[in-house]
Amino acid sequence: METNTKTVRISIVGFGYVGAGVAEVLRRKRTEIARKYGLNIKIVGVADLNGIFIDDNGLDEAEMLKLRTGDKSWEKPGDMTTLDVIKDVEHEVMVETTPTNVVTGEPGLTHIITALESDRHVVTSNKGPLALEYTRLMELATKRGKELKFEASVGGAMPIISLVRENLAGNGILSIQGILNGTCNYILTRMAEEGLPYEHVLKEAQELGLAEAEPSKDVDGIDTAVKLVILANSVFGLNATYKDVEVAGIAEITPDALKLADDAGYVIKLIGEVDGAGCLKVKPRLVPRDDPLNVGGTLNVATIKTDLAGDITVIGKGAGPIEAASAILADIISIYNT
Amino acid sequence: MKISMAIELQDIPGQLVLALKPISDFGGNILSVLHQRDKKTPAGRIPVQLVVDIEEGRLERLVERLEARGVNVVRTGKERLKESMVVLLIGHIIHSDIRETIDSIDSTGFAEVVGLSLSMPSVNKESSASVTLSAVGKKELKEALNILERTANGKGIMVISPI
Repeated sequence: METNTKTVRISIVGFGYVGAGVAEVLRRKRTEIARKYGLNIKIVGVADLNGIFIDDNGLDEAEMLKLRTGDKSWEKPGDMTTLDVIKDVEHEVMVETTPTNVVTGEPGLTHIITALESDRHVVTSNKGPLALEYTRLMELATKRGKELKFEASVGGAMPIISLVRENLAGNGILSIQGILNGTCNYILTRMAEEGLPYEHVLKEAQELGLAEAEPSKDVDGIDTAVKLVILANSVFGLNATYKDVEVAGIAEITPDALKLADDAGYVIKLIGEVDGAGCLKVKPRLVPRDDPLNVGGTLNVATIKTDLAGDITVIGKGAGPIEAASAILADIISIYNT
Repeated sequence: MKISMAIELQDIPGQLVLALKPISDFGGNILSVLHQRDKKTPAGRIPVQLVVDIEEGRLERLVERLEARGVNVVRTGKERLKESMVVLLIGHIIHSDIRETIDSIDSTGFAEVVGLSLSMPSVNKESSASVTLSAVGKKELKEALNILERTANGKGIMVISPI
């Protein structure tokens, strides 16, 4: 069996909760991945703002995870930079999990470009570079004969990009409509169920760690809009950017409005919608109570309208380190199982 | 005013023209004609469904004229609004003149606001409303929503429409 196992060396750039999630998933699944897919995935580099660890023989995941709990301190070998790790440490796949910046795309954008130019495959959860420079990055990947995969960037664990590209191959995709932000879904679900005002539930979500202290990225629809741009470009072959999206958020939604919606047989959800004609919209919408898009809590959902298969709806956890790592792991495996 | 009208014609040539001519004589505009030759009545007459835009005051005389020409007028009625949609509004709905918002729909002739439910927490706070729009067809309903969105956006009112 050993002879059939291919070693895949990866670096994790950005060791926040998603990057650490990848390490955790590899720790749990190493034997299974080797047995099922014949892949021995080794982390040979971890790079973060705080420091760098490298080991050609593979870093111990349990050790690396201690960095997150504070049981281990960050170090830095000499004056090595993150870009040095991407360029100079021999590996096959760079996993880019730094935080999204929708204005500049950095530092993810430079990381991805550097990795592709160093002939490494890239798997990322970072929305910024994809929303800003999708076409350029894909062209670079194609030119270098490398893969650039990003399932984790839209819908977390919920498969949507590979679902459309692979399982629904041959179908014309008419539109995709869905809830792509778990924070907004949590807030609207709680407001509707408990009749509580927006500010109250937002505070509760912040206390639970479901919303950030500065929540505008989520509640103003920006995060959903960025994901729509990625779908527009990757699924519909458009060349859209954030500016092409008509965006409204949920801050104005009142308990009264939710009650009126309920009386009429609806719930209110923040819905992102994209179609092949290039119409990209993020708006609170009325969703019939019995529609598959009516999912509660922090769940994400998307209905894909196709010309052959009809409507397909997928539901899944949109956030969480292990959930995002699930999508990243699937992307890594798919590079070697085509 | 839009009127739907069910008439029955004798099964001999020239009857349809005979029936339609008086409508234009009375200044009416024929919007649609559904001529069902294959669906004869038990008495052997041919049923025709018309939608006509005509001044309300002239309708009675039109019916008399048709009857005088041997056309049976089985039923007349205001055109039914077939398609409906619930839309929510959030904002300073009353202060920003809800009447004008409703009029922008009602004045189209093809759509109306048929239901309104309002919730006002307190005088200075934003209120919420659910509005039921009805229109003669799907296309008209969509246009009514567009008009409502334009009117509301101009007043800073948020419109939440069904998926």
